[in-house]
Amino acid sequence: MSDTTSKSEELFRLYEELSDASADLEPEDLAEQKSLDAIFAASQWQLMWRKFKRNKVAIAGGIVVLLFYLGALLAGFIAPYTLESRFVKYIHMPPQRVRFFNNGKLQPHVCGVDLTIDENLRKHYTPDCTERFPLQFFAHGEPYKLLGLIDTDVHLFQVPDGIVSLLGTDRQGRDMFSRILYGSQISLTIGLLGVLMSLLFGSVLGVISGYYGGWIDDLMQRLIELVRSFPAIPLWMALSAAVPPHWPPLRTYFAVTLILSLIGWTWLARQLRGKVLSLRHEDFVLAAKMTGATDAWIIFRHLIPATFSHIIVVSTLAMPSMILSETALSFLGLGLRPPITSWGVLLKEVQNIQSIALYPWVFTPALAIAILILAFNFLGDGLRDAADPYTV
Amino acid sequence: MESKTPILLEVKNLKKYFPIRTGFFRRTTGQVSAVDGVSFFIREGETLGLVGESGCGKTTTGRCILRAHPPTAGEVWFRKDGEMVNILELSTKEMKPLRREMQIIFQDPFSSLNPRMTVMDIVSEPLRIHGLAQGAELKAQVRELLEAVGLKAQHMNRYPYAFSGGQRQRIGIARALALRPRLIICDEPVSALDVSVQAQTLNLLEDLQKEFGLTYLFIAHDLSVVEHISDRVAVMYLGNIVELAKAEELYINPLHPYSEALLSAIPRTDPDHVSKRLVLPGDVPSPANPPPGCKFHPRCRYAQPICQTEKPEWRLLHDDHWVACHRAEELSLVGIDYD
Ligand SMILES: Nc1ncnc2c1ncn2[C@@H]1O[C@H](COP(=O)(O)OP(=O)(O)OP(=O)(O)O)[C@@H](O)[C@H]1O
Ligand code: SF4
Ligand SMILES: [Mg+2]
Repeated sequence: MSDTTSKSEELFRLYEELSDASADLEPEDLAEQKSLDAIFAASQWQLMWRKFKRNKVAIAGGIVVLLFYLGALLAGFIAPYTLESRFVKYIHMPPQRVRFFNNGKLQPHVCGVDLTIDENLRKHYTPDCTERFPLQFFAHGEPYKLLGLIDTDVHLFQVPDGIVSLLGTDRQGRDMFSRILYGSQISLTIGLLGVLMSLLFGSVLGVISGYYGGWIDDLMQRLIELVRSFPAIPLWMALSAAVPPHWPPLRTYFAVTLILSLIGWTWLARQLRGKVLSLRHEDFVLAAKMTGATDAWIIFRHLIPATFSHIIVVSTLAMPSMILSETALSFLGLGLRPPITSWGVLLKEVQNIQSIALYPWVFTPALAIAILILAFNFLGDGLRDAADPYTV
Repeated sequence: MESKTPILLEVKNLKKYFPIRTGFFRRTTGQVSAVDGVSFFIREGETLGLVGESGCGKTTTGRCILRAHPPTAGEVWFRKDGEMVNILELSTKEMKPLRREMQIIFQDPFSSLNPRMTVMDIVSEPLRIHGLAQGAELKAQVRELLEAVGLKAQHMNRYPYAFSGGQRQRIGIARALALRPRLIICDEPVSALDVSVQAQTLNLLEDLQKEFGLTYLFIAHDLSVVEHISDRVAVMYLGNIVELAKAEELYINPLHPYSEALLSAIPRTDPDHVSKRLVLPGDVPSPANPPPGCKFHPRCRYAQPICQTEKPEWRLLHDDHWVACHRAEELSLVGIDYD
């Protein structure tokens, strides 16, 4: 008891001494100085983050987007099955419910399934809870490559002797949940890659166009107008028709990405050109020029950093349309084709009225797309609002 | 300033016409005569005030001297190692070392500093561009520069938004000083500032001039600002310099009617002068379509028929007193009484 009081007294004295000492060094200013520095030495990114943090919807959107990408990255691990697994006994099976308690004990499990065929030859699956299959976590299952590199067969969850299908199965008895996860690998990266490629063309051409102006700018603008005056879908159709069907999947994948970014870059180039055009006449650019800075110096030290936040916003907002374009193209049979599995390919496979009426769960890829697109839009809007702390 | 002092900068018949483009094919359909034949010189260590209404071509003159845009015609001679060189004839590469000698201070303290750079990055930029210092040495130089312009060196990690207009202008001045130039073009450096800050900034510029031996081309839009800082003053109207003389000479004994009108607009504590203010009729004509003859004639109360047709010559009337007016000898214009 007395020990602690003496300790705290000691601390207190030390504290007083310290504060006295610093007061001698810089009267009253120090604390104030520190707090001011925290505010005034905040970079653009810190200011952006402060503003972005307050937008809860955007944060939620960002988290959802992150989860989707995490899912795509770890698809093999999270998915209980691979793309090739088929359950011929369970064709068009509806989603199974995961039950958490077994006889009052926490034990996640799924029930067995009973199949009956009615007079119209339609299959009816009913849960049969006399048989219970507990989910086993980090269990061994089918082999796959984690992150495309590491050979392993450990899955997040498995039902060794039965089937677990969280989102039902398709007409070949394949698990939709696993297929959506694998499909996201293609759909999400094609969006990312498409945006990156657009970014590459768009930012370089846009910045050059805006910075140099004159005939270069005129030429670039006419080119953009030309590209954009083609209606998108017919243009894609024409381009896709030019992709030979015998190409290996990987090459088709890149070809489709290229086709998508062929139009995407014009948008970005326009945006950046406008931004650079207004920045070009700022006095600080002139000051650098009058000091003898090279064009490269001005572009890389002044113009690109100033458009950086803009580029991020524009790319985020461009992602949904990239992903949707891939889906649309594949859905029309012009983009990716099986055996590549993307969300568009998944939707293409269920392209008939019968599916909608009888097996609505095969449309879950559409739901995944909708959720992701919304999340991207919320995130993009939030970023845009936070983007330029200096113009608002 | 004694005439023995060597000339640092000489501008000869400088012209800058901006094309006016219209229509889909952006054909040139006309031109703005922003600067229409300007000649003057500045001696080493001197301050030349360049005064005129908005749009008369002051900024364009300053920027043509620095080759921010290529002039349509004319010569700009600068003393380099004791020899005059026409900098308009130099290649970009030959120009680079000369850029160390001449710098600019801007009017707008917001547009002139990159909001994404810290004060350290802004002030050190010229040194980095010319590869003159790095690391601790660079930091030490920036510290010195900031102290020279009256800013706290420990604030160098802050961003421009943390500073007031007057402080930002000081940051801009520190950047202009970084390369130890000989000539600084001050393009209305105080116009955007509060009146109380204006005087401080002008004093700072005067102190720096003495300390670093600077030569200023000091641009302003009214005569009151340049009154104290200038050795000589040039009055500009619609792309032309119409009068140039020693400051006191021009203020007391103006020879051009436009100078007279500008002088009458200077606010004086003496109430008599307020009533004598000359209000110029009409607006400044567009430099895209300037009046023939003397460009000032539509607004000049002394205009004669000859003024409408004949362009007055730019001539030396008295000792170091230049003017472009047909009637300069016969008119006796009112200046300012310094009593
Ligand atoms: N880049 C340009 N393109 C076309 N016209 C220009 C350009 N820059 C300036 N002008 C025109 O040239 C004329 C002179 O402009 P300048 O900026 O030199 O005037 P100023 O005397 O500096 O005016 P202020 O007091 O407003 O700064 C104006 O009529 C202006 O519209
Ligand atoms: S030349 Fe004629 S119009 Fe021009 S300033 Fe002199 S008197 Fe006035
Ligand atoms: Mg100006």
